[in-house]
Formats: sequence, structure tokens, C-alpha cells
Amino acid sequence: MNVAVTLQFAADKQKLPEVLDQLDTNLMSAGCPEEARMQLAVAVEEIFVNIANYAYSGKPGSATINIKADAHQAVICFADSGFPYDPLKKEDPNIEQAAEDRPIGGLGIFLVKEMSDEVRYERRGDMNILTIVKKY
Amino acid sequence: MTYEITNPPPDLMVLVKGRLDTLTSPQLESELEPSIAKSKSLVLDLADVDYLSSAGLRLLLTLQKRFKKEGGSFVLRNIQPGVMEILRMTGFLKILSVQ
Repeated sequence: MNVAVTLQFAADKQKLPEVLDQLDTNLMSAGCPEEARMQLAVAVEEIFVNIANYAYSGKPGSATINIKADAHQAVICFADSGFPYDPLKKEDPNIEQAAEDRPIGGLGIFLVKEMSDEVRYERRGDMNILTIVKKY
Repeated sequence: MTYEITNPPPDLMVLVKGRLDTLTSPQLESELEPSIAKSKSLVLDLADVDYLSSAGLRLLLTLQKRFKKEGGSFVLRNIQPGVMEILRMTGFLKILSVQ
């Protein structure tokens, strides 16, 4: 089944369970397999929490999540009107480092890239638009 | 996320169930802290954990560093395939002990 929905959430990490529930329900309706649903949930968590933590600098704001999915691929688009920020410019972590040398954190956007086939960022007007595409 | 302490300190064993995400990972860390402080080893049984995000990875790395620094051991057991794939792609399988 083709799914096309637009969801809006307060940019608050306490909303994460609701975000992930709605994502899972819609992906399941689209016929997305379980493994891909889990990987998309990881990517969506990282992006949503990034928006909640950083986009509005502690002030209230919102995040819009557009999901277009069918039995073969999902395209998920995030929009926020926070500070301009391209997370794809962040350097990938060194995943070969020993435990004691590895920094705590810094893996979020790396996981987004690993879980997706394509990740795009654009600044459109006063909006940050981040789009992930996953085929399955 | 829920958990059950299946063996008390100093050889702490914990069975974790559910998701290790941005909200639940810090919760697990703080609730286990009193037991971890009294332990020389920790086994986390992840048989019922079907989801791990970067916040879960952060918790695992924190625990690994802590037990290594204090000469103890930290082991993950019964990892599900989806979680295993995340550990593999982030290089965590090379730095964590897995059974």
C-alpha cells in the first residue's frame, strides 16, 4: 500500500515514543519489512532528537515529518525552522578506534547515513530540510 | 524498557527488555548505578532488546570504558540480529566482549 502522511510534533525529545510509534504504524501499512523498519526508526530517532536538542536552542519549536512509503522504499523528510544546520557536514567518527580512545557520542548522524541509501540536506527559506531514502 | 537483575553484585547480571533509545538508555544507566558501583563484572543480556540507537551505543561505550579502567569485565550476551548489525557497522563489535 502507498502511504503518504505528514506528521507534526513539538520539538521535544519526550515526544520520541510517539514519533517512533507513528513511524512504525505507517511503515507497516506500507509493507516495509521488519529489519528496514528498525533501521529507519534508528535514523528517525537520531534526526528527531537532534532537532529537539539543538534546532531551537531551548526555545519551543516544531518538527514536521513527511513519510512516503510503499513496499519497496521509504522517503522520509524532516523540516524544522530552527537555526541553519547541515548535519551532513559533520565528519564521520573513526570506528576503528580502541574503546578507551573513542569519544562518547558522535555516532548519531553516522548511523543515519549507514541506515539510509541516500541522505540530503537543503536550506529552503527559513527551513532545514533533511531527507532520507531507504530501499528495501 | 524494563530490566531484571538476575545476579547481584559483585558479579552483576542484568536482563534488559525493550528498546535502548534516547529516553531509556540514560534511565537504565542511572537506575543500575548503585549496583554497578558495587560490581567488578557486568553481563548485559540483550535477548529481549530489539532496538538500539546511538544513545544505547553511548551507554555501552560508557560501561566498557568504566569496567576496563577498573580492571573489571563487561560482556554482552544474546544479541539479536538487528542490534548485532548496528554494533558491527559502528565498529563496536571490535571493542566490546560479546557472547
